[in-house]
Amino acid sequence: MSDTAKTVALHGGLLALLFALGFLLPAYHHGNLARIMVLASYAIGYNILFGYTGLLSLGHALFFAAGMYGMGLAVQYLGLSPGPALTAGLVAGAIVAGAVGLLALRTAGVAFMIVTLMFAQAGYLTVLYFGAFTRGDEGFVLQQAQRVLWGIDLSDPVHRYFAAFALFATCLAAVLWMVHRPFGKVLIAIRENEDRARMLGYDVFAYKLAAVILSGTISAAAGAAYGLLFGYVGATFASVQYSIFPLLWVLLGGAGTVLGPFIGTLFMFYLIDLSSGITTAYMLIAGVVLVLLTLFAPQGLAGELRKRIWRGLP
Amino acid sequence: MMLMSTRGLTRQFAGLHAVEDVDFDLPQGQVRALIGPNGAGKTTFVGMLCGRIAPTSGTVVFDGQDISRLAAHKRINLGMAYTFQITSVFANLSVAENVALAARRRRHGGAVQDAVVRALQQVGLQDRLAQNAGDLSYGHQRLLEIAMGLAQHPRLLILDEPTQGLTDSEIAAFKALVRGLADTTTILLIEHNMSVVMETADVITVLNSGRVLAEGSPQAIHADPAVQRAYLGTGG
Repeated sequence: MSDTAKTVALHGGLLALLFALGFLLPAYHHGNLARIMVLASYAIGYNILFGYTGLLSLGHALFFAAGMYGMGLAVQYLGLSPGPALTAGLVAGAIVAGAVGLLALRTAGVAFMIVTLMFAQAGYLTVLYFGAFTRGDEGFVLQQAQRVLWGIDLSDPVHRYFAAFALFATCLAAVLWMVHRPFGKVLIAIRENEDRARMLGYDVFAYKLAAVILSGTISAAAGAAYGLLFGYVGATFASVQYSIFPLLWVLLGGAGTVLGPFIGTLFMFYLIDLSSGITTAYMLIAGVVLVLLTLFAPQGLAGELRKRIWRGLP
Repeated sequence: MMLMSTRGLTRQFAGLHAVEDVDFDLPQGQVRALIGPNGAGKTTFVGMLCGRIAPTSGTVVFDGQDISRLAAHKRINLGMAYTFQITSVFANLSVAENVALAARRRRHGGAVQDAVVRALQQVGLQDRLAQNAGDLSYGHQRLLEIAMGLAQHPRLLILDEPTQGLTDSEIAAFKALVRGLADTTTILLIEHNMSVVMETADVITVLNSGRVLAEGSPQAIHADPAVQRAYLGTGG
């Protein structure tokens, strides 16, 4: 089987399986998987910057929250319907990512991590400062009537599942397409050896900025979808925790792989879910498993797959 | 016609003159070798030509255009190519993709693949297309560097110690390659291997302690007593 056929079979297979599970799963796991697919879309966005371009951001909660609040505030105060509100979320994410990228990309390495972290903290504090509109930590709930997209009630679990699936499938396909395009190859080249890429004539800054904007916009799409599908917009999603999550998911699943973000998100979600069923000290179990994985599979789960079974895994 | 010229090009590192007041002219179509002892400033000098290192003072002119303030990637897009002294390939990408990244600056679609195959044939790596660049031997990585330079179809090809780590037969092939390119490409070659320099260069420039010590044909340089003292080491 050619690499292209294998790639299509593997990723198409996962999507087909997820689609089928939408009809088969019991309600509890059905709800979990919908949430996982939205969060995995967030991780896919993060992975473009971290896994493919080699830029470690500690501030992606800012983009997730920009999408969520861009959508939520537009629904709440402008009375927009979900379609235009989602667009507002995307635009908010793209603008914030563009501005942050222009400034943060003047730094590199640890300084880039700190600058993105600081921007995200500033964003979090901004949400709290304008508590009169954002309701701060308490957040606000989107009513069922506000969550009807093109006649589809997104508060209905089945609709919600397939909306999450549509988002995830779009993000997955977009990234798969990107990594096979010259654009994706240039991002990987920058990750591998920035100086060499520059000396081949590539405008490294422009490519990195494009990567930040793309990554931030996908993160914002996930944030907007999360708010809409689960009907809640709150400051927790702008906190530092939500900047660390995608990093963990991507590291566990495999940075720089298309499937890694999903695998990592799924794994971490159920790790916490199952261990909290056994003991109240579930974070201890989660922590030990994370340490073991980092020790024995430093490339992440999909990274190990690439190393041991199929080198061509995109 | 001069393809590349510098006037008063100087670079100081913490008070030390790595390159000092260099006037340099490279005519179109010439193969020029840049030689000199370790630390003479050769890599710093070409670094300023292609924009990796900013000069402390002086100007760089490429094809009639002052490029002293131009960013490195823009200089490359004017038709320069630079191969690194320390092997600097994309280790986790295939050999073909390494060269394709170089070729895509000037070509699109199917022409990229043609240019990749041609460049790899020129250096003799055509059988290793699918291999990961990081898995190549050191010598083959050097050849891949050269192929990446060739695939850009530059007007000026700057090669920083290209034959370091190559076998004798690979060096012989490299000499033939440079002679074959000389019709279409201007070449600036930093090189320690004197047989490569003597057999490929039209003109040699000798740098010593950041200054131009001598410049002339291989025969003239070979016979120059100042060069012999500073570099070839006749011992008296």
